Amino acid sequence: MSPATTGRATTRSARRAPWSVRAGHGFVAGYVLLLIAFGVVPTCYAIYFAFTNANGQFTGIANFTDAASDFRFVPAVEHVALYLVCWLVSLAVLVVGLSLLLHRLAARGVSKALRFLYYIPGALAGAASVMVWLFLLDPSVSPVSFLLTSLGFDTFGQVVDTGNLPVLFTLIAFWTGAGGWIVVMYGALNNIPHEVIEAARIDGASAWQTARRIQIPMLRKWIVYMVILAFAGGTQLFVEPQLLTQASVGVAGRDYSLNQLSYDFAFQNNDVNTAAAISVELLLIGLVVAAVFVARSGFFDAD
Amino acid sequence: MSSTHSDAEAALPVDSRRSRRTTGRGPGNPLPALVLALFAIFFLLPVLWLVLAATKTDDQLVHNNPLSFGSFHALSANWHALTGYQDDVIFQWLRNSAVYSFFALVITLAVAIPAGYAMAMTEFRGRRALLIATLVVMLMPNATLVVPLFLEINAVHLIGSMWSVILPYAFYPFGVYLAYIYFSTALPRELLEAARLDGCSELGVFRRVALPLAAPIVALVGFFSFVANWTNYFLPYVLLPESKQFPVQVGLGTLLNDVPQFNPTVGSLAVERPELALATLLAITPVLVVFLFSQRFLVAGMLAGATKS
Repeated sequence: MSPATTGRATTRSARRAPWSVRAGHGFVAGYVLLLIAFGVVPTCYAIYFAFTNANGQFTGIANFTDAASDFRFVPAVEHVALYLVCWLVSLAVLVVGLSLLLHRLAARGVSKALRFLYYIPGALAGAASVMVWLFLLDPSVSPVSFLLTSLGFDTFGQVVDTGNLPVLFTLIAFWTGAGGWIVVMYGALNNIPHEVIEAARIDGASAWQTARRIQIPMLRKWIVYMVILAFAGGTQLFVEPQLLTQASVGVAGRDYSLNQLSYDFAFQNNDVNTAAAISVELLLIGLVVAAVFVARSGFFDAD
Repeated sequence: MSSTHSDAEAALPVDSRRSRRTTGRGPGNPLPALVLALFAIFFLLPVLWLVLAATKTDDQLVHNNPLSFGSFHALSANWHALTGYQDDVIFQWLRNSAVYSFFALVITLAVAIPAGYAMAMTEFRGRRALLIATLVVMLMPNATLVVPLFLEINAVHLIGSMWSVILPYAFYPFGVYLAYIYFSTALPRELLEAARLDGCSELGVFRRVALPLAAPIVALVGFFSFVANWTNYFLPYVLLPESKQFPVQVGLGTLLNDVPQFNPTVGSLAVERPELALATLLAITPVLVVFLFSQRFLVAGMLAGATKS
């Protein structure tokens, strides 16, 4: 694609400006094609299906009200919201806390080794991490079964009770995802000029005061970046509850999240229109969050 | 863990030029070390347990010490049982994962590197719009589009083809953004100007000047794309109907369905739990290897994802 286009462009050389313009288009052509095919078209498709019925007739917001009035919809929204609260709070507090502690470690080698160690579970993203936690949460085989029984859980069924799921999914997400963010926060802490920290120390600031008054405020934009990405990802909860449903024979985690509900509408009920309506809602949340972040944070100044 | 940790801390001189890191409390307070050690256990114990679980029989898994080694005999028995499951289907799944990730990786690189280069180094109409679209799409989790993608791919009758996952995988805006950052910060424009004055065509400039300098970004985008695609679950779960086409992540779910402790209705097909643990280990090995060899790359990428100087 791109060589052909640029090749044609170069034969007409002479004028430099349009030359480079055409070359630019040639270079991005492949990407634009993919962007249209797998970004723009599915979005349009979702919108089209969300506003029509099985016969292709326009139905207004009927699919949206259908979805919202489904008995599983409101609970799914609550589940995802509850999970997001647990996940985002623990992520922000623990990642920042651990990064600060690691940064204060005198032994650099130990700090580095720990960062790598925290990072390893990241390799188990996706279904693999859920497998591991299915075992860990089953009192009959878990290496921490004493913890589970001391909390009053004697069977797998009791552990995966619906009320516990936000905490359990948070555990899984934190276990796989926190390490990467700790490394990032640590890098950001390293970027704080050390004169600033030194000055605070000379003024008699304790470690806690230094962290609260200087380091955390200077990490603010990184924390926001992390929370936004975690929020967007968290609304898409799917693999964890889906595999848990399988592992508990449909008892726990069934239709737990919005993505599962959309999936079930499409593939269990053969109702792609309502499924698309839910997708559009999720899409809207994702778009708004991303757009606000790009526009307001100054993180991605486009030039 | 905690003892080796504090030993090391005591053994190393607190002083040296690194002393600035030890603001405030000295080594007298054991609490930070304790917290760090506890989290080390939290992150590491499950991985350790998983490795050991694969060496046990199901009976040993339940009755022996959770952190004991089973036996090589049990490990090989698990291996044979696992590879015997549905005629070696586990290898088929691993091969599928490798094929999907590899083709997607090749297309991603072929598309993302020139696109990032063009957005950083050339002027064309729509450049800014494309950049903003990339940022927005990059921040949107790709799971949002899975069900609509199914509808689209169904409409063009590609359901069940391996391209139905490879092509969506290959669309990787984060990679384009990384390439854009890299070229706009690391490639001096004067170099390109000089090459153009020497009569190099635009394609020639890209091929002879930019590409040879792009090795780090090719590696970075490559690693990220590989890890993301290897661990993806939702998309292949929806788009690939047949077991023979599953990547290993989805295959794990199939195995899980046949574990009697989790699904009592399983008949003679039963999969023992240690076999599932072994399968999980096999599924993560490629990513783990990538992690071990490229920690620095991956971290640099996460940092680059949010900074642009």
